[in-house]
Amino acid sequence: MDQRSKIVAIIRQVAGQPVDPSPEQSLFESGMLDSFTLTDLVLELEKQFSIRIPDSDMTPRRFDSVARIENYLAGRK
Amino acid sequence: MSQAHLRGFGRYVPERVVTNAEIASQLDCDPAWIVQMSGIHERRWADPSETVASLGMRAAHDCLARAGVGAREVDLILVASGSAERRFPGPAAAVGAGLDLAGVPAIDLPLASAGSLFGMALAARLCGGYRNILVVGAEIMSRAISLEPACRDTAILFGDGAGACLVGSETGFARITDALLGSDGGFSDALRLELSGPIQMNGQAVIMQALRKVPRAITELLERNRKQAAQIAVYLMHQANRNLITRTAKSLGVPEEKFFLNVDRYGNTSSASLLIAAAEWWDGGPARSPMLFAAFGAGFHWGAVLAE
Repeated sequence: MDQRSKIVAIIRQVAGQPVDPSPEQSLFESGMLDSFTLTDLVLELEKQFSIRIPDSDMTPRRFDSVARIENYLAGRK
Repeated sequence: MSQAHLRGFGRYVPERVVTNAEIASQLDCDPAWIVQMSGIHERRWADPSETVASLGMRAAHDCLARAGVGAREVDLILVASGSAERRFPGPAAAVGAGLDLAGVPAIDLPLASAGSLFGMALAARLCGGYRNILVVGAEIMSRAISLEPACRDTAILFGDGAGACLVGSETGFARITDALLGSDGGFSDALRLELSGPIQMNGQAVIMQALRKVPRAITELLERNRKQAAQIAVYLMHQANRNLITRTAKSLGVPEEKFFLNVDRYGNTSSASLLIAAAEWWDGGPARSPMLFAAFGAGFHWGAVLAE
């Protein structure tokens, strides 16, 4: 599974529904995620990508779309 | 800290009940949406004649009466509030004056939602040097909100009230055994009340940080005291939002029933909420132990206190 597919799978898992976000689509504004499920998303990203996301990076803006999550993960490599 | 005992809790909430239906029309929203977003059904709003200090005094009197302690036995007062009417003096000295305690030191803690918890932790540290420390959290948040529809996300949340806790060095129904506090000014803009204008809140940032920091603080405090989350008899948290408490319980793997809840009736009363909740819980009869207090608020400030 490539990275994008893995991210979308995590979004579906925390959203609890078979959502299909486009790369730039806002996960918040589309209603796919809320503040609570976004926190779950970050926890799953940490687990599945074996990274530690510092509290200072825990802002909605960084994780509001698939593309932003990809950019964040790329910056962590 | 081994000398710090909980001697009693008290509370005061204004008489006026403000239902979701009453504010929903002004905020152009559905009352059911307010419940869905926050778990709040109603809140209390202070009368125009009431002040943060007058609410605090009422809670302090209730606490002392229920603890069976005369005001003259109090030798330090700590008052938390984020909604005091003026820059200075803060409400602490006025609460002291209301208790007829001229000469007793009274310290303001302008911390908002985590203020009472910080007050309890400070009282526990100061106990010994002082015999009876009265911790008060008092807020009139209804004067910090706007009922414009654009401000509905914050306006639905807040209510007014005051809570109090007496910490003593000699006796009590439980001993404060440890406390863990934290602050991070990197998020100071995410939740703030400027000198003018209504409260400003980035709800997403607040929830994300709270859900990260509160369970972690509780877990660290329990680990260093060699306790499991399941061993705690009751969790008494800042009543910010029902959903936040539900998610905190889930993060800790603890049934939500272990978390005392009254946010449905009072909304988020900021620094007052933890002690109002503790006072209502204490109404229920002999205190079960161990008890875990936790709060998170503007600053950000957060922490947990363990008592048993």
